Amino acid sequence: MSLLLSSSPAKWFKCLAVILTLWSVVSYQAGKAQEPGEGETRALLVEAILAEDDDQQIVLIQKLADTGDSLLETVFEQWKRGEVFVHTTEGGEKIPFTLENPESEAPSAAIKIIDAEPLTGADGGALSFVAKDLTAVDTSRSLRKEMKNAVDFLALSAKDPKVRAQAAKKLGLTQNASYIPVLERRLSVEKNKGVKENLREGLAVTYLAVGTKDQVIEATRTLAKVNSLAGLGFLKDVIRLQEEAPEDQRDEEILAAAKKAELSIENHFKVSEFFSTAFRGLSSGSVLLVVALGLAITFGLMGVINMAHGEMIAIGAYATYQTQVLFVHWFGDSGLGFQLYFIAAIPIAFLSAAIVGAILERGIIQFLYKRPLESLLATWGVSLVLQQSFRLIFGASNRQVNSPGWLMGNFDVNDVNMGFNRLFIIGFAIVIVFGTWVLMTKTPLGLCIRSVMQNPHMAACMGIRTAKVRMMTFAFGSGLAGLAGAFLSQIGNVGADMGQNYIVDSFMVVVAGGTGSLVGTVTSAFSIGVVDQVLQPFLGPVMGKIFVLFAIILFLQWRPEGLFPTKSRSLD
Amino acid sequence: MNRGRENWQLIGIGIIFLVAVVLVPLLNGLAPEGSFLHISDFQMNTWGKYLAFAILAISLNLLWGYTGLLCLGQCLFFGLGAYAFGMYLMLMIGREGQYSGELPNFMVILGYHELPAHWKPFYSFWFATGAVFWVPGLLAFVFGFFVFRSRIRGVYFSIITQALTYAARLLFNRNEFTFGGTNGFTNYKSILGLPINGPIVEKGLFIGTSIALVLSLLFCWWLVRTKYGKVQRAIRDSENRVLFSGYSTTSYKLFIFVVAAMMAGVAGAFYVPQVGIINPEEVHPYRSLEVVVWVAVGGRGTLWGPVIGAVFVNWLKSWATYQFPEYWLIILGVLFVVTVLFLPGGIISLFPVLKPKVLNLYGWAKARILALRSASAT
Repeated sequence: MSLLLSSSPAKWFKCLAVILTLWSVVSYQAGKAQEPGEGETRALLVEAILAEDDDQQIVLIQKLADTGDSLLETVFEQWKRGEVFVHTTEGGEKIPFTLENPESEAPSAAIKIIDAEPLTGADGGALSFVAKDLTAVDTSRSLRKEMKNAVDFLALSAKDPKVRAQAAKKLGLTQNASYIPVLERRLSVEKNKGVKENLREGLAVTYLAVGTKDQVIEATRTLAKVNSLAGLGFLKDVIRLQEEAPEDQRDEEILAAAKKAELSIENHFKVSEFFSTAFRGLSSGSVLLVVALGLAITFGLMGVINMAHGEMIAIGAYATYQTQVLFVHWFGDSGLGFQLYFIAAIPIAFLSAAIVGAILERGIIQFLYKRPLESLLATWGVSLVLQQSFRLIFGASNRQVNSPGWLMGNFDVNDVNMGFNRLFIIGFAIVIVFGTWVLMTKTPLGLCIRSVMQNPHMAACMGIRTAKVRMMTFAFGSGLAGLAGAFLSQIGNVGADMGQNYIVDSFMVVVAGGTGSLVGTVTSAFSIGVVDQVLQPFLGPVMGKIFVLFAIILFLQWRPEGLFPTKSRSLD
Repeated sequence: MNRGRENWQLIGIGIIFLVAVVLVPLLNGLAPEGSFLHISDFQMNTWGKYLAFAILAISLNLLWGYTGLLCLGQCLFFGLGAYAFGMYLMLMIGREGQYSGELPNFMVILGYHELPAHWKPFYSFWFATGAVFWVPGLLAFVFGFFVFRSRIRGVYFSIITQALTYAARLLFNRNEFTFGGTNGFTNYKSILGLPINGPIVEKGLFIGTSIALVLSLLFCWWLVRTKYGKVQRAIRDSENRVLFSGYSTTSYKLFIFVVAAMMAGVAGAFYVPQVGIINPEEVHPYRSLEVVVWVAVGGRGTLWGPVIGAVFVNWLKSWATYQFPEYWLIILGVLFVVTVLFLPGGIISLFPVLKPKVLNLYGWAKARILALRSASAT
């Protein structure tokens, strides 16, 4: 048996762990973006304040606006109100500064703009002034307008590309013609591809309302190119206006262009909607699959109705929670150490559930192989005991498990939103199904398991220790449930009765797939997941679930043995 | 089955009838308060609840103990009966409710202005009473027809009934299903024009529950003696052989499934006014498993097992949830595991073991007394 064990899932976990480690290290490093210095902005500001003529100042202010620094908001405000002053040293050097409290009658401390340090005199002492006694740096009307624009459109040049993109879209959707120059100018300096696209989209939406005929037609093309969902409504407005207009004022070219763009965008969203649903269906199918796979072993293969399967899931989840607590204790709640806790939690969750499974099999289930209905009852008793024990040990309230950074966040591919945790669960499901398949079909242990399940007496005659194989099979199935728990802890709460929510679903998956068939379980899990996600937009989550349950009941009318029944000639 | 045992069973049913239908209400009503014979309203109410549970257990026993159909959805039928009668009770609140409208409170909150059509007939007591039978019966018939026709049996039957219960509970939890959502029905005021907490209604409900229990026992006692009962047990022991002998096992199973569902519905209808609330928690799959515990602990496939089990486990629950609230679930779980592993026949299977010992004791005592008599005679 020791030889058999060497090819057990442990190997797969090692592999998985290495891949995940690399992944998390890479993503962790990538997270540290370069912060542009505040000093640069301040130097530019000083230059702008001291610049001689208006035109030069406007250029500098525009340059400042591009930094998107929120500091500008306060300084520009002070400048406009006339609260920025210039101090000339004995050497003739000009230092712009502000006052700590410009409204006070008493002298207040002067703060240099260049570094936000107190302004010092020749003797090194801090200088203070009263605002009234000083002459503010003057501002012209055009300068003030430029500054107002810079503050208004500050979000357009924010550091975070997401904020920039959002601002561009928001400004465009107001269809305000006066924003066009600003947007155009940003478009010329913007480097981020996504933000550029949003700028174009915003511009196009604006042009739809205010542009010339050529600009409108060009705008419809742009909107179609970037597949703008926001632009769709405005396109519809254009179409409506054109259709309502009297014959002689109608512009057929604009109408045709807008209709073409509308069709193109709608088609794009139909396709991306389809892929989004498929993706969500795949990921919720994967959750079902991960949850049901353990049951496919214990129930499908061994014929044990393990009502405590849900509690095996909970054991895995609590093991993950406990690992997290330990890692936080050792490495603190941030940093690489914490990021890696989930990788350590995966084998721990598997092992703890597997050990409890082995004890359960030896202690209770081994006496009930001849009485399947009674194994249902006994394991339900066990499930009650386990649930209450969880409450007594970990407290009745739910425990919070924090996802490591590399499981959070999402990205868009062609308007199809992909969450990292959803991608991860799909990968996770593929890996464990593959691992299970390899274990069952390619290893000596798998051979033993299959032979014992098919004909225990014959297997025993051939020298296989059936009791031990049964124990290991049950432990393996429970371990898979533990893995499911480790994953579920990332997408929901960890509580004593968390497994209960999945037990009915997982039984349905196994029954609908055909007991004893891995292919059946995979197929039915994904079908149920996809059907569920397709129905949810129309029926809502609860009614969708009810519908799926009834659909399965009806499906069993047609195929009582499930999708992939195990063929057998024996009756009873 | 010998004659003597049969007589004993009938005598037992008679004793239950006398105690539950006559003695308890009499002691509740006539015995002076404070005397040890007095049975308080609370005790009678609690026992009324236990007896309703006993009817539910008998209905499951008809399926599981005699036919081998482990139905994990018996609480759904119980809940349907309870909801059907609850609808009547809700409508009887009328203007006495908090919102003093004709509509039940939860409907007022949800913004209904008119009673939904399927609620209207429930103003009639007799319609509601009928619904207690036919609603669970109809569901059992439709569901059973499909399930038995496609020969779903054994554990698959259990799982699919559990799924049905689960789906139904999700449905009852929805507000737009017009059955009170998660809060269910509560705050009843009157029944047939009498206040629900009044002495007449309390005694009446207890007597009604007891009569229903006695009738269920009699039905069960009679059914196992018919030819139908024999086929029923044959299906339990080897369905394929019965099928190959030319019996349509589907119709046999369907019949008992419908009857058991109606019986569970009746239990639910007596449960609601006595407990004063029905909500989707009663339809939780977990509750159905609890019923299975009662039958298993009492002894399945016997006349008395389910009654003993239901009363014993519920009494234990009342006691343990009060004494050790934290450990009740552990006690229940362990009780279950121990019963399944070491006492598959339930408590009732202890009696034949204990009987010789008791008889021995009796014989020993008799001998002693005779010896004493002869000693004193001389």
